[in-house]
This record gives sequence, structure tokens and C-alpha cells, in this order.
Amino acid sequence: MAPPNHLNSIVSLRDVGKTFDNGVLALAGLSLDVRAGEFVSLLGPSGCGKSTALRIVAGLSAPTHGAIEWPQGRATKSATGEIGFVFQEPTLMPWASVARNVELPLSLAGTAPADARDAVATALAHVGLSDFASSYPRELSGGMKMRVSIARALVTEPQLLLMDEPFAALDEITRFKLNNDLLSVWQTLRRTVIFVTHSVFESVYLSQRIVVMTPRPGRVFAEIAIPVPYPRDERFRTSVDYAGYCRQVAEALAAAMEQGS
Amino acid sequence: MNERVLRTALPALLLVVVIVAWDAVVRLFAIPAYVLPSPGLVFGALIEDRALLFHSLLVTLGLTFEGFALAAVGGIVLAMAFNQWRLVEYSFYPYAVILQVTPVVAIAPLLLIYLPQHLAVLACAWIVAFFPVLANTTLGLSSVDHNLIALFDLYKASRWQVLVRLKLPAALPQILAGLRIAGGLSLIGAVVAEIAAGSAGAGSGLAYRIAESGYRLNIPRMFAALLLLSLAGVAIFLVLSALSHLMLRRWHESELRPDN
Repeated sequence: MAPPNHLNSIVSLRDVGKTFDNGVLALAGLSLDVRAGEFVSLLGPSGCGKSTALRIVAGLSAPTHGAIEWPQGRATKSATGEIGFVFQEPTLMPWASVARNVELPLSLAGTAPADARDAVATALAHVGLSDFASSYPRELSGGMKMRVSIARALVTEPQLLLMDEPFAALDEITRFKLNNDLLSVWQTLRRTVIFVTHSVFESVYLSQRIVVMTPRPGRVFAEIAIPVPYPRDERFRTSVDYAGYCRQVAEALAAAMEQGS
Repeated sequence: MNERVLRTALPALLLVVVIVAWDAVVRLFAIPAYVLPSPGLVFGALIEDRALLFHSLLVTLGLTFEGFALAAVGGIVLAMAFNQWRLVEYSFYPYAVILQVTPVVAIAPLLLIYLPQHLAVLACAWIVAFFPVLANTTLGLSSVDHNLIALFDLYKASRWQVLVRLKLPAALPQILAGLRIAGGLSLIGAVVAEIAAGSAGAGSGLAYRIAESGYRLNIPRMFAALLLLSLAGVAIFLVLSALSHLMLRRWHESELRPDN
């Protein structure tokens, strides 16, 4: 049954639907393949169920319809640390230092602090926070807290990194910087990233592929490839190509909104 | 003068004014010492009866501390049980509230019938002090950032890990606030029980001294004992506030200075 495309995919959503206990239909008939190593964005208006879809992939929420498949093995889902999750807020433990926060996924799995030290140092180095290991979250700026959150998601070297509008609350300058840093981490580590955003510009800048979703109930409206080679930098942000893709995606999003209403 | 100096200097100045006025009133109207002793007499009683009063202070503080420790452990453990097993909460919470809203002065005489005096006083201290610990800890344990819960869930944390590594540290500010209230209340509970025991009691705490001095019309000693009780209460509050500050200063909003 499975088309050849599936063999490459790390996770496949098959006709996934989600109805909340209060009767709200968040997702209906969402089907999506994410290929290993890919950077894919889920783009849609607030409340289109894109965060719900991400939580379902993470196993934090169960679909009420359809299935999630892991063609490369169940291990990807059941083994802890195979999925990293970055929330919209930094979601750090305020009582713990940066290093202790980043160490959390390892220590929950029973790794001794001494054995976790290298992994924590590596993860902090990836996000440029090596000098802040002993700082406390409240001593950091919003952008730095988000970097800690990303380091924590990377510390288990997950195959799949799920990001739920991680930069939405940051100012534009910080967001651009973090966009670039995220891309360089992704290019270094070559993990699969599913990135949820409601920003057309951010999705075009970051992604290889953009999945445009309809408003509630969320389903895939269009998939748009952004075949621009990496590394992408600030020049790309001001290029004609970039503007063209942004227009294409914005038009798709507008059409998706039209259909949903 | 800066804010800080004023905060210390003004209450001190007021104290001096009140003491001088008190002394002046006693002299001016020639009030007898068995009605209102002069500050000098109270201070004299404090010095003269220091051995007796100091012993009583230690007794009261000991009982207060025992009651407080039991209330702290009891309140926190019960709140953890409530948090882990909803049915336990449903079963016990109404009775915790009933225990709290029933005035301890009314319960104390009963307890004194059924329990040895030491235990009765302890029970009173516990009854008044444990509820704020329970209520605050319950609130703290249940108001943890839901995304952090999801994160622990993602990494397959056990219930125990969620409780010890996430919920308890997250609830620490509320727990400490509860303890700060409980410290003062356990002193009140101990005093109420001793007063209730009254002359019939074999106690030797400060409250018993107050009752006893009242019967003997030794009003200066009564004031001296009252003064010590107040100081003990203030000391308990300061110690618990300092503890709270030490434990939270690195991370909690309540310890954040505006200029940081």
C-alpha cells in the first residue's frame, strides 16, 4: 500500500483527526509525510490545529482518528530522547541553572550528572551559551532563554525536533538571529525539524517545504517547496526570490483561510 | 535620609515615644502597678524573673517548634497525597477545612480532657498551623506550568520524578509562604492551649505564666511575659522569612529587586 515516498519518511500522519473533549474539532483528515533530515514548516492561522498536530506527533496528545506511522521503526516514538520539543515559551525550570535545565532529559532517563556533562556542554555550544551554564533563567534575556530551551531539546541528540512557534514572542532582531542559528544547527546536525509558525516570512526563510493548513478543522491545504540551497543568510531575506516565495505562500495561506471560513 | 534608614528609624522613634508617654501617664495619674505598671517596672520584672521567664520561654518555644514541625511535615505530606490521589483529597479536604474553621480556643478544653497536657498543647499548635501549609502546598503543587508537565511527560518521567523534580520545587515559594504563616500560628496554638489549661494545668510555658501572674495580680510580670511572647513571634517570623529568602533568592520573582 505504502507509496515509495514513505520509505524515506521518518514520520507519517495518516488521516489524523482530533476532537477535543469539549467537542471542538481541531484537526480533520490531516495527512503528511516528513522525510528524514527535512526542515518542514506547518503554516497556518492561530487555532488551525498546527500545535495540536505537533503534540500528537510528540505523543503528548492522542489522535481521535487516523494514525501516526513511524516507517523507520517504533523506536523513534517509544524510545525517550528520540524526539525533542521546543515550546512557544522557553518552559525552563526557574529554580535550576542553565546547565541543570539542559541536563534534565538525560537525568530523567537516569544518566549520572558526570556522564551527562559532555552532552550538556555540546548542546550549549550549539546554541552559543557555553559561558552561561551556571546562570539562572531569570538572568537571561528572552532570546537566550529560548536558546536554552533549544539546547535542552538537542541534548538527547533526537532524530526529530518539534518546534511550536518558538520565536513568536521574540523581537524581530532576536528572531532573525535565532533563525540563522537554528539553520546552522540544523545544517550541522542534520536532524529532522518540524517547525510550527504563523509567519509566512519565517517559514520561507527556514524551510525546505511549507505545509499550509486550513483554519479549524486543520488539514493540509497546500505544500510548497522552497528549493533554495543552504546556507541561507540575510542576503536571502532581501532577495527577489525570497519575495517571490513569500508572495506564493501568502497567497496560498489567504486561499486556505478563504476555504476555511 | 534614604528609605532604608527611615524604615528602621521611624518605628524605633515611635517605640521611644510610646514608652515615654506610657511612663508619663502612669506617673501623672498615679496609676497603681496592679492596674498598669510603668515601663521601668516591666523591665525590672523582666530582669528579676529572668530565670523563671527564660525557662518558660524555652518551654513555649519548644512546644511551638514541635507543633510547627509536625504541621510542616503533616501539611506537606498530606498535600502531596492530595496531589497524587484525588480520592484522598475528596475524602479528607472537607475535614481539614472543618478543623481549620473551628476556633481552637473551643477545641482546646476538650483536648485537655482526652490528652496529657503536653500532647494537648502540641495538638492545638498543630491544628492551627497545619492548614496554611496544606492549603499553600496544595495550591503550589497544582499550579505547575503545564508545558513543563508536558516536557516531563515527553521524557517519560515517572510520577515520582514529576513530584520530586518538578512539582515540589515549583511549589517551594507557596510552601515557604505557608510555613511563614504556620510559624506564627503554632505559637498562637500553643499559647491558646496553655491559657485554656489555665491554673489547672501543670504547664510552665509563658502563657501559663501570664495566666498565673494574672491570678496573683503580678501585672509587671504579666507584661514581661507578654513582651517575650511577642518577641518570640517576631523572631519566628524573621527566621522563616530569612529561610525563604535564602531558598528563593536566586530564582523567584518575589525576591526580584526592581533595579535588577
